[in-house]
Amino acid sequence: MFARGLKRKYGDQEEGVEGFGTVPSYSLQRQSLLDMSLVKLQLCHMLVEPNLCRSVLIANTVRQIQEEMSRDGVWHGMAPQNVERAPIDRLVSTEILCRTARAADEEHPTPELEDGPLQSSASELPIVSPAQGQRSPPSSLWELDNPQENRGSFQKSLDQIFETLENKSPSSVEELFSDVDSSYYDLDTVLTGMMGGTKPSLCSGLESFAAAAPPPSSTCKSDLAELDHVVEILVET
Amino acid sequence: MGEDTDTRKINHSFLRDHSYVTEADIISTVEFNHTGELLATGDKGGRVVIFQREPESKNAPHSQGEYDVYSTFQSHEPEFDYLKSLEIEEKINKIKWLPQQNAAHSLLSTNDKTIKLWKITERDKRPEGYNLKDEEGKLKDLSTVTSLQVPVLKPMDLMVEVSPRRIFANGHTYHINSISVNSDCETYMSADDLRINLWHLAITDRSFNIVDIKPANMEDLTEVITASEFHPHHCNLFVYSSSKGSLRLCDMRAAALCDKHSKLFEEPEDPSNRSFFSEIISSVSDVKFSHSGRYMLTRDYLTVKVWDLNMEARPIETYQVHDYLRSKLCSLYESDCIFDKFECAWNGSDSVIMTGAYNNFFRMFDRNTKRDVTLEASRESSKPRAVLKPRRVCVGGKRRRDDISVDSLDFTKKILHTAWHPAENIIAIAATNNLYIFQDKVNSDMH
Repeated sequence: MFARGLKRKYGDQEEGVEGFGTVPSYSLQRQSLLDMSLVKLQLCHMLVEPNLCRSVLIANTVRQIQEEMSRDGVWHGMAPQNVERAPIDRLVSTEILCRTARAADEEHPTPELEDGPLQSSASELPIVSPAQGQRSPPSSLWELDNPQENRGSFQKSLDQIFETLENKSPSSVEELFSDVDSSYYDLDTVLTGMMGGTKPSLCSGLESFAAAAPPPSSTCKSDLAELDHVVEILVET
Repeated sequence: MGEDTDTRKINHSFLRDHSYVTEADIISTVEFNHTGELLATGDKGGRVVIFQREPESKNAPHSQGEYDVYSTFQSHEPEFDYLKSLEIEEKINKIKWLPQQNAAHSLLSTNDKTIKLWKITERDKRPEGYNLKDEEGKLKDLSTVTSLQVPVLKPMDLMVEVSPRRIFANGHTYHINSISVNSDCETYMSADDLRINLWHLAITDRSFNIVDIKPANMEDLTEVITASEFHPHHCNLFVYSSSKGSLRLCDMRAAALCDKHSKLFEEPEDPSNRSFFSEIISSVSDVKFSHSGRYMLTRDYLTVKVWDLNMEARPIETYQVHDYLRSKLCSLYESDCIFDKFECAWNGSDSVIMTGAYNNFFRMFDRNTKRDVTLEASRESSKPRAVLKPRRVCVGGKRRRDDISVDSLDFTKKILHTAWHPAENIIAIAATNNLYIFQDKVNSDMH
């Protein structure tokens, strides 16, 4: 399944290239799960109302990951100074994420930061409580990780998703994200594609998603209210 | 025992490759009526097909008690919500039979938004000898009428007529996931993701909201209603399950709005099994009261659990349906399979429980002997009237000859809907667009 002779050392693997023969770090797996969850939340069938139960469960999963990342200190509360586009290869293929524990054991178990839980079930992401194990990764790891994540705007994105789920109207969804930095989502393309009835594959969606977060906007809420007003007039309610 | 003889399925099979499934034919619900004489199925195309059990006859012993198509009708049509620019699917989510009160049969069928009450009647006689009309129904030339006659009822070929008697619309903003007829036979409830409404069967323009878990701010939404059912004997009690794995038993006598539960059934989380997927797999996809009314059966992603109404702290029994999937949760999350909603069923005597799984497997658990079996519903693996062979999924280690390995399971073949005859050992299994009916000839009676 994986090419031989391409085993990399632990440090090399963190560059995010699809690992050959090594177990991705817990944080990488977690990040990948987070990205996958966000894609799932946003890439829903627009013609038929999205399943609320599924959306709630995915959103809760995203929140759990966020909370754990905050506890770990990965989540920075500051607004990003510069939203730069992270290299695509940082998004680890989900195949790695879902490798079985047995495959992981066959390879050399890398000296992992959080040992026990990760090695026992590499394909699952156990929540390691902060008290357990040392979480002081080498600085190089966190540099490569997600410095631009902004908890506040993330929460806002989640909330927007719920509001759109409740009051779905295609034009308002586009407008909601119009102030979002387009380097984060290629949402316009994605949404337009959905409007036209085509559903971009998960892989292409993942590729177009950078890891950066949109800058927070305080005017967003008032824009929404105005937008609702406009929509109301249009539909004559 | 035999397979479905629905003509609709036969018509398609010769035109298409057998592996191609017409989406509209995917069965979305299966339900026996209270005597087990009738079996209703609903599909994604909004159709309802009712099967009737042939009376056992000594003349044709090999066909005794088999189910044949009785009636087919279009229950729901696709609709378009112009306000939201969204389609409303015609897929039948649930069918519930009303207890039979006269010669006619009645059932409730629902899609995401609208519930309909259908009346099914038989006509096997027709009046002949009208004075003003001839046999074709044309008006007679009055000059030819010389005497009066009284019309007489003459037998005719059986005709099954179905008509919509009530349409309960505009009661739900969110998608209806369950309906349940009350034991009072006058009211029923319908539940969507956030609300439960109580209806009177005769009144369509009004319903009472009895549960509302919608938060004031939708951003605070973290839990939804997944299933609900009335208690089989106490008309004031009902239960609803949530996406967080809890069950709430509510008493309608306590308050008009039953937001405060009378009992909350919740199992504490197992810390050793904790993962990011814990909540998703704890979401209850189906809840069913036992026939006795003493227990509840719930299905979550990996287990079925039996709860005693008198004990809220934990279930009294837990059965693993496919624990070998526990290490695959991430890929199942990616493929969305982790969100599949499996149903569960009791047998008539509440001694055996049944639920579906992947690869067209379904599982049965005997509560008394603690034995369980895995069976497969597929044409390839069983000829009609052959005894089903138990299947086994191997998880590594020793592999027997007919075992299936976890990695070769077909996750597109899921058995979400199953039903058990109320009195006999007859089960109906919906496998995508095929309906399988299995009978236990040897032990037809409950023990």
